[in-house]
Amino acid sequence: MALAKRIIPCLDVENGRVVKGVQFLDIRDAGDPVEVAKRYDEQGADEITFLDITATHEGRETMVHTVERMASQVFIPLTVGGGIRTCDDIRTMLNAGADKVSINSAAVTNPDFVRQAAERFGSQCIVVAIDAKKVSVEGEPNKWEIFTHGGRKPTGLDAVEWAKKMVDLGAGEILLTSMDQDGVKNGYDLGVTRAISDAVNVPIIASGGVGNLEHLVDGVIQGKADAVLAASIFHFNEYSIPEAKAYMRERGIEVRL
Amino acid sequence: MSTIAVIDYGMGNLHSVAKALEHVQPGVEVLVTSDPKQVANADRVLLPGVGAIRDCMAEIYKQGVDKEVAEAIRSGRPFLGICVGYQALMQSSEENGGVDCLGEFEGTVNYFGDHHKDEQGERLKVPHMGWNEVMQSGEHPLWQGIESGSRFYFVHSYYVKAAQRQQVAATCSYGVDFDVALGHDNVFAVQFHPEKSHTAGLQLLKNFLNWDGKP
Repeated sequence: MALAKRIIPCLDVENGRVVKGVQFLDIRDAGDPVEVAKRYDEQGADEITFLDITATHEGRETMVHTVERMASQVFIPLTVGGGIRTCDDIRTMLNAGADKVSINSAAVTNPDFVRQAAERFGSQCIVVAIDAKKVSVEGEPNKWEIFTHGGRKPTGLDAVEWAKKMVDLGAGEILLTSMDQDGVKNGYDLGVTRAISDAVNVPIIASGGVGNLEHLVDGVIQGKADAVLAASIFHFNEYSIPEAKAYMRERGIEVRL
Repeated sequence: MSTIAVIDYGMGNLHSVAKALEHVQPGVEVLVTSDPKQVANADRVLLPGVGAIRDCMAEIYKQGVDKEVAEAIRSGRPFLGICVGYQALMQSSEENGGVDCLGEFEGTVNYFGDHHKDEQGERLKVPHMGWNEVMQSGEHPLWQGIESGSRFYFVHSYYVKAAQRQQVAATCSYGVDFDVALGHDNVFAVQFHPEKSHTAGLQLLKNFLNWDGKP
């Protein structure tokens, strides 16, 4: 009897459609986000994450309506990320029906925003998304750096120190994406997942690079992640959520069936 | 037409719980309100809440919600507390250096701790976030159609220990055994979020909407 490890399908949403790039390129269409979310809800997903990758103002309005539609039909926690820069952005998404928001580049630009957001809305709804890339080479001690702008822009910030700082400022959860792995399906970067999970007391969601069910198991057992996030393996029906849960359970991981 | 007042005192996202109530009973009138008259006239009252207890209690007193809650409970109408709305019904909380609460239930709200561990010595993250098993302590109309051991969604760093054990309607385990549902007369209160707990959570809300307020 214990708290279940969570499986979180992630929907990258652009202009109201689910997309998922491979290494942030080669975008393929995977459908209406609300229909996809309902399918995952019926299959037993533990949460849903929407990442808005739309750049335009009109696209953002579409996202608010998408969240509203989702929230009146799906009754599991919903996290919304992408373009969250101000307390008003957070208020808009929470009012639309999101349970948590994920803050990414705005935390790098202005760390105090995380503190303000946590004070105003509570840590329980503030997820800080960290995109980390390994910068140490073979033979050096492991070092991971924070990147922004979809992995293109280095920040010079150490990923583990950054995660600790975010939690001190009020982050209630860390969504950790290992950038060098994302979309290439070699599994999570277990080193950085474990290092951050050990360094902070809040739950860690592992993200980036899932290609098979063993990767989910590795994320929990070796990476010590509290939740595992994946996109394309679910969107393209390579695996279903019940298959993933059954597999994890066989490997001794507590899941919600 | 049955009406339910969801007390809005500025703490948290009330959209989810309102949508879930409308989903389980289409046609129910859900009033997200801070108006004492609307609360007094509703057939059922729900006290939600998220965030820090000090801020919640400050808003509860500032907006006179303490009187609305006391009146609703005394009136015998079905009353449901959720999350911090559950903790607020206890006598006091350790959070924010110690905060007095409404005292509708005897007992306290305690911190899991910064170095929380399970029986095997494995570290447990705080907040307690995610789906955990809720073990029912006995029969109650709000458990109808829900199996004991069903998982509900939690997110909290402080837990309730009730003094009157006969009021405990369910417990949960996370390094420590704690009380996640209390029931007394027309009052039921839960630590987890039924509005985010899929089938089991929606069933509980449905049971609340059908409940006559008798244990």
